Amino acid sequence: MTRPFFLTAAAALLASSFTAQAAAEEVNVYSNRQEFLIKPMLDTFTKETGIDVNVVFIKDGMGERLEREGRLSPADLVLTVDVSRLMDVVDKDLTQPVQSDVLEQNIPAQYRDADGKWFAVTTRARAIYSSVDRVGKRDDITYEELADPKYKGKICTRSGKHPYNVALTASMIAEHGSEYTKNWLQGLKDNLARKPQGGDRDQIKAIRDGVCDYALGNSYYYGVMLTNDDQREAAESVYINFPNQGDRGTHVNISAVAMTQHAKNKDAALKLMEFLAGDEAQHLYASANHEYPVKPGVDPSDLVKAWGDFKSDTLPLTDVAKHAQEAIKLVDEVKYDL
Amino acid sequence: MKRYGWTVSSWGIALVLTLPILALIVEALLPAEDIFRHLWASVLPAYIGNTFWLVSLVMGLSLLFGLPAAWLMAMCELPGRRWLQWALILPLAMPSYIVAFVYTDLLDYSGPVQLALRDWFGWQSAGDYYFPPIRSLGGAALVLGLVLYPYVYLLGRTAFLEQSTSLIQSSRLLGCTPWQSFCRVSLPLARPAIAVGLSLVAMETLAEFGTVNFFAVNTLTTAVYDTWLGYGSLQAAAKISAIMLLVVMVLLSLERMSRKRQQVFQKSMGHEQEAGYRLTGGRKWAALAFCWGLVGLGFLLPFVILCYHAVRYFDQAWNARFFEYSLNSLVLSAVVAVLGLAIALLLGMTHRLKGKRHTVLPLRLAAMGYALPGTVLAIGVLVPLTMMDFAINDLALWLSLPEPGLLLTGTMTAIAFGYLVRFGAMAIGAVESSLNKVSPSLDMVTQTMGYGPAAMIRRVHLPLIRKGMLAGALLVFIECMKELPAALLLRPFNFQTLATYVYQFVSDEQLELGALPAIVIVLVGLIPLIFLNRSLEQHH
Repeated sequence: MTRPFFLTAAAALLASSFTAQAAAEEVNVYSNRQEFLIKPMLDTFTKETGIDVNVVFIKDGMGERLEREGRLSPADLVLTVDVSRLMDVVDKDLTQPVQSDVLEQNIPAQYRDADGKWFAVTTRARAIYSSVDRVGKRDDITYEELADPKYKGKICTRSGKHPYNVALTASMIAEHGSEYTKNWLQGLKDNLARKPQGGDRDQIKAIRDGVCDYALGNSYYYGVMLTNDDQREAAESVYINFPNQGDRGTHVNISAVAMTQHAKNKDAALKLMEFLAGDEAQHLYASANHEYPVKPGVDPSDLVKAWGDFKSDTLPLTDVAKHAQEAIKLVDEVKYDL
Repeated sequence: MKRYGWTVSSWGIALVLTLPILALIVEALLPAEDIFRHLWASVLPAYIGNTFWLVSLVMGLSLLFGLPAAWLMAMCELPGRRWLQWALILPLAMPSYIVAFVYTDLLDYSGPVQLALRDWFGWQSAGDYYFPPIRSLGGAALVLGLVLYPYVYLLGRTAFLEQSTSLIQSSRLLGCTPWQSFCRVSLPLARPAIAVGLSLVAMETLAEFGTVNFFAVNTLTTAVYDTWLGYGSLQAAAKISAIMLLVVMVLLSLERMSRKRQQVFQKSMGHEQEAGYRLTGGRKWAALAFCWGLVGLGFLLPFVILCYHAVRYFDQAWNARFFEYSLNSLVLSAVVAVLGLAIALLLGMTHRLKGKRHTVLPLRLAAMGYALPGTVLAIGVLVPLTMMDFAINDLALWLSLPEPGLLLTGTMTAIAFGYLVRFGAMAIGAVESSLNKVSPSLDMVTQTMGYGPAAMIRRVHLPLIRKGMLAGALLVFIECMKELPAALLLRPFNFQTLATYVYQFVSDEQLELGALPAIVIVLVGLIPLIFLNRSLEQHH
């Protein structure tokens, strides 16, 4: 087979400019965690190992992008928040199994895939906030009772289609079935004080302002607000309650890491995975982001600890993710956001 | 070959720019009946209604804001007009999601405005009074109207300025009042430009995501996002996009049909300053209040609030990354603006030189990308570009060379291409509307004098449409600086634009930290505005 000389020469020239770059050890990360949230961990990792970490923050559509890029994808790791977004990547077979004693030791079985296709690095609880002035602490509260007509006009939430709410709804389907969950969503919608809007922090502010008495929100937002001078006052107007302590426990979601199917820097990527599950990174997650570390023995931040221990739902997160699409359908069917 | 050079290259470019849309249409034809039927049965009708009302309202508001301002600035002598005429363009430099953020902060129940009202009147709770909710369809329309009216203003004012003085003077001599002269002469002459401005507003609104999402207004764009990301169905999402595309094409053809029979050419380059009306007394103050009100609400107020945050959080925000991203945005936007202008000129000139029928289609095709929401467009860009990437790598394998990796989608090529597809329409529209005002008899005269097409373009057309070109490139530049959803999806490793950087903070409810880069987006957007203004001034 003869190949045109100039084509080969041109391609060789082109290729040489790329091989030159591959010399230094590096890890490429697709993340839907924002850069400034994970930057402290990644910087520490680079300082300790000399391995560079390149990040693209991809809020939405990570699976789609990985799928299109196929074997040419430069990504070695994906960092995701929310279990259904994670499973979207895993189910499309875009990740590969990882064998690591460190990961298996550091991360409890409930928070990792049996085949090693993903590992959670933090958890966050879907809490119910209640007004200090008008309600007080509600240790006995459940997600189910939020649909009770006695809460009419007293509840605030963000969009029903936000991944955090979708995951909660999916966990309700897993627990009670589709029919019950649809009625629950309808009841919850009927109890809303206003159209779903804003983020988790906006719901806490709404309680402070008397728009509503209860709100759904993730635990770490509360921590972030308490440590922010401008937002502390709003955060102090609410209590954080961990629902369903009398039965299955509070719904928790995860942030996770997984190695991509076509990872080229496997060794370096594995090092980063193990680092994220190690003491140092787990501490950083806890202190900077107010999330719950997954590694047993690593304490949450003092602030988070002060909220007290709680029982979390032990339903496997993959079971929750399975119902995510159905959950979105129900949200549409009851026109939750409209 | 030479004879067909113009036409062939026009078609070539138009087809390349249409690739993402073709990819989406292919996707839309793939089966996704279940999800689509479910959407029809549940939320889609409401989304369509919302979209209709939002687009109509924003177009109405843009006209209400932009047209009087354009006329006042072009025709009237007002104190401080030199400042005002470019201040009125300023809102264009503001990303709409930032303006939305600022106004929700101000006007929400917990915002300072309602707090003050409650203090004054002693209201205790939300039930004690009525305050129009900012996070609503009306609120979104208002914010978008405030940010988008400069399209109507900019194109309208340019059109008014390019109008021949003698026409207006004639109408006055024939007994028209200024108002009659406006209605019978100026407005009809400016209609094509205003229509282009309005269609830009409509398409921008249709593709808008940040603001509507923030205001909890569900539109077709939201539906596309939900369907793609929530249901994981690109096919169903592409179907909805196809509906949107259809709507845009219907809108555009209606607009074109409405002025098909009307072809007016002007021989004059524009009018001199003294042709302006001199406003006095109440009219003067009303005009000033109107114009400054627009500038104040669309630009000054949000800008002052950004500055307040930027000063307070200066130490945290002033760092090396901030400079790097500023440079990224600047270079990327400039490159795309120049390319966009080149494409617009090629397509516009081909259309002019080679007759109307078979050259108008490339012009329309190349402008379609503007109607697509950024995320959808990004998918459309990724599909053909990854195919090319794979072809390149397969070729390398065949030549026993190391694979080069993602040469197109892993580099700035993808993002620049995406921007070009999305914003090329603005340059094309501006150039086309300017070209349309150049009388064909000029072409004939030039040809009679023995000039070839190249000389004719250089010596006749380019000087005459300079302002249109500048306005077009400027619009592209500013839009690129602000563009967000496509940038989020298409950018390569270690590459951030200012918009993605700001968005990281805004989406985490920490605008304070993103205020400084947001100000830079605005300020950098201002530089070309100053240039534009200079060139307009020198002309008169």
